[in-house]
Amino acid sequence: MNALGTTEPRMTSAPKPVRSGWQTALIRPETMTFVLLIIGVIGASMLSPFFLDINYILRSFTLSAEIAIVALVLTMVIIAGEIDLSAASNMALSACLFAFAQQAGLPMPLAIGVGLLAGLAMGGFNALMVVGLQLPSIIVTIGTLIAYRGLAQVIAGDKSIRVPDWFIGINNQMILGIPLPVILFVLIAIVLGLVLSATIYGRQIYQVGTNETAARHAGIRSKRIKVGLFLLLGLVSAIAGLMTASRLGSVRYDIALGGELQMVLMAMLGGTYIFGGRGSILGTFLAAWLLVIVSTGMTVANLLPAIQLTVLGILLIVAIIATNFIYSRAQR
Amino acid sequence: MNALRNILMRREAGIFVMIVLFCLAVGIAKPQFLTTNSLRIILLLVPLIMIGAMGQMLVLVARHVDLSIGSILGLSAMVTGMMFRYHPEIWWPLGFAVSIGTGALLGLFNGTLVTVFKLPSIIVTLGTLNLFRGLTYIISNAKQIDRQYVPSALKAMSQTSPIFGIPWIIIIAFSVALATYYFVMHTRVGRQIYALGSNPVAAPLRGIDVTRVTLLVFTISGALSGLAGIMYASRWGFVNPSNTGAGFEFQVIAAVVIGGVSINGGVGTVLGTVLGVLLLGCLSSALPLLGIPGTTQNAIYGSVIIIALIIDRTVRRQGIASIARRQA
Amino acid sequence: MKNKIILAMAATFALGSTAAMAQDPTQIVYIGKNTGNPYFDSISGGFEDACAALNCEYQFVAPATAEATSQIPLIEAQIQRGVEVIAIAPNSPDALNQVLDSAKAQGILVLTVNGDLVGNESHRDATILPVDFTKTGPNQVELMGSMIGYKGEIAILSATTEAPDQNTWIAAMNDTLANDAKYKDMKLVATVYGDDQPEKSTTEMEALLANYPDLVGVIAPTTVGIAAAAQVVQSRGIADKVHVTGLGLPSEMRDFVKDGTVSAFQLWSPYNEGWLAVHFATGVLDGSIKNEVGATFEVPNLGTIKIDDLNAMNTQAELTTFDVNNIDEFDF
Repeated sequence: MNALGTTEPRMTSAPKPVRSGWQTALIRPETMTFVLLIIGVIGASMLSPFFLDINYILRSFTLSAEIAIVALVLTMVIIAGEIDLSAASNMALSACLFAFAQQAGLPMPLAIGVGLLAGLAMGGFNALMVVGLQLPSIIVTIGTLIAYRGLAQVIAGDKSIRVPDWFIGINNQMILGIPLPVILFVLIAIVLGLVLSATIYGRQIYQVGTNETAARHAGIRSKRIKVGLFLLLGLVSAIAGLMTASRLGSVRYDIALGGELQMVLMAMLGGTYIFGGRGSILGTFLAAWLLVIVSTGMTVANLLPAIQLTVLGILLIVAIIATNFIYSRAQR
Repeated sequence: MNALRNILMRREAGIFVMIVLFCLAVGIAKPQFLTTNSLRIILLLVPLIMIGAMGQMLVLVARHVDLSIGSILGLSAMVTGMMFRYHPEIWWPLGFAVSIGTGALLGLFNGTLVTVFKLPSIIVTLGTLNLFRGLTYIISNAKQIDRQYVPSALKAMSQTSPIFGIPWIIIIAFSVALATYYFVMHTRVGRQIYALGSNPVAAPLRGIDVTRVTLLVFTISGALSGLAGIMYASRWGFVNPSNTGAGFEFQVIAAVVIGGVSINGGVGTVLGTVLGVLLLGCLSSALPLLGIPGTTQNAIYGSVIIIALIIDRTVRRQGIASIARRQA
Repeated sequence: MKNKIILAMAATFALGSTAAMAQDPTQIVYIGKNTGNPYFDSISGGFEDACAALNCEYQFVAPATAEATSQIPLIEAQIQRGVEVIAIAPNSPDALNQVLDSAKAQGILVLTVNGDLVGNESHRDATILPVDFTKTGPNQVELMGSMIGYKGEIAILSATTEAPDQNTWIAAMNDTLANDAKYKDMKLVATVYGDDQPEKSTTEMEALLANYPDLVGVIAPTTVGIAAAAQVVQSRGIADKVHVTGLGLPSEMRDFVKDGTVSAFQLWSPYNEGWLAVHFATGVLDGSIKNEVGATFEVPNLGTIKIDDLNAMNTQAELTTFDVNNIDEFDF
């Protein structure tokens, strides 16, 4: 006690050092995804000798490439604080409208236009409901997910609609030995990744997702951004639907059935925060590969669907625990 | 207080009117729709959804969501089914305890992940949806429990009972609704759920044990899904690892949303949810009667959800606007 | 010198024969429509026993859900694993065209078992059908007629609207009812679709009973449909008024037959399909069977099998009828 009777503050130890650049770069959800990816590759190779064949892996990726491409855009929607579960149904309905149009005699470019326009319109409808009428996006898009799928059923019934031969086989087109869909996925990932991380628009998306009111007060046109994202997602879903039609050689109402779950899975495994404001294209990119590696590895080892579902469930829970952990540490 | 009650009254009345109008419209086209037989069919369609909806309502009011209820239903039904098959000497009503207990445990698992690890419930239950379904396949070795293994007495519960001949499962479903009503209106915990949902940040300051309440709602949701599991075996007579409970979560969420429960928590009534379930039941039974092909039915369900949302939002806006006007 | 040559020849011969005996056993895989389906577990049983007898390696795999495209990753995986024979119960007549073509390109024998790729037969090498499909419709109409005294209103409860097998049978049923004077007092009032889902089949059955109060019979040519219809009749206790029959599994229908709800129903033996498939495949691979229209060959327990148009084989000619007298003899 000093003269005044108060206690001298103790000398604490030297202030803790600011985290080093290495730590900041490495302790991120994308790293976790990357580590899981490596573990996945090792695990899959041990499960089956047939797995470690780069051509087979690339071919298997083409089966999910369409979903993966849409997942990239979905990531941006989630970062902006919304969600769109209707994207997979959008793929199916756009593809059905496209096939129906070309079967009804419309020339191909026009039919493709119909499909793309349909996708845009569906995205626009979602935007109207969510941004215009201020309805919660999760319920709206559950509604549209069911409705769009239902409409696809009305148009195509239980049948398949053929597409012309020259349109088939996008997954067989190779550039330097890599299937075209994979190349498209990588290119789109690069473009979107740059937009999200290196442009003002991208930065604004993060801000809108973190706190929309604050963003608006800062002058960011959040409504415009959200509408734009829903429209983009609608358009890309339509493109993905057309790609699927090309790969399968025909169009059915059940294209990408259950795809919404896969897309969300890719976004979550990549460290995207469900309530918005955090996530990255790189994360979703790595997560798409992770999902394909794990699924393909289990399939080629002839593991029962039972086990595959269980593994996926555990994977998601582990990933989300790790993501949460990392985000909370990053804030210290 | 008056204005608030007006809003509530309007919401449930709205659904009720929709049901009446819909049934009348269908009844004009197909008079068989307005018979007691048809009522029986509708009521038989809803018990499972009713039970699930009560649980989901509590979860939604607490500002969470449980997407795994279908898989919980399936896994509990399968566990119970396997008990019936491999231990037929056990007194069959114990199956209820097994099914509800399994569901409760699974729900507790969900709740633990949400509270201990602070994970968003939508993602957790997305994961457990897959996990529990996978476990259902594993424990059953991907084989279904055939009809001859399900006790006939259990199956009879879906056919009749000494109470006016109304099948037991319908009585059970409405009893659960009544019990939920009592729980929500007259117990402290019930009201804490609403408080927690409308303002999670303020809740601890009001003395609400957030962890306990959250664990409770998930356990209840799981337990009720477990009950729905054994009801499935009663109603359909078998348990299949792929089909049992598949898509259940969507039907339940649709019913609950139509019934006016808000995704943002804090709002929702048992009456509204019951009416939402009934509307869905009327819809489901009317469509085949009207000869609407299966291919269009989904389009209609989706549209109904969207319409319900829009109506809901419009009503709330008007309600809120009228409060604002009154205070002006 | 002579001894040395004989020794060398003997050694080569011995080496040669051990090499022949050490040759890898033929790998056969059967891809079912989905898991948890007792019908396909039955067929798989036939495969398994036949492979045990003929010394080949057998695996059964199936996707979690029965959509059109769910089998594609599985087929790719089997190609990767280098199997010699892929037998499949296709979920779609044409969605698998591309992937089956790549299997054939690798020299894999592609068989469809239990159902065919209607309209796309060129994408498989042969098909094994359970029974002469043209006889199924008339068989069922006759069985129904015998139960209702050949007069009254009847209805059909089918699977999905596009199911090719069911549609073939229903067309034949309509034909028989229209053209055969024996059935002139029987009237088909409705054909409804239960989508092979128990819940939907049940509600469709209940709708039939509500819409057609004079209904005396329901033919359900699908194992899911007949079980659901029988359950409804049993719950309501109206077995003496409404007669249910169709194609059912003995294991699922046993209860209903024993308590009198259903007096008789029909099917074939799914087990035999698997048995035949293995014998056919191994025969083709070792050259003893020629995969040509018109060829015949012998199979133990099944007798002589003839290859018909489009390389189709019927496991048995007529349907087997099950009733209270013989139901206990079957365990599938």
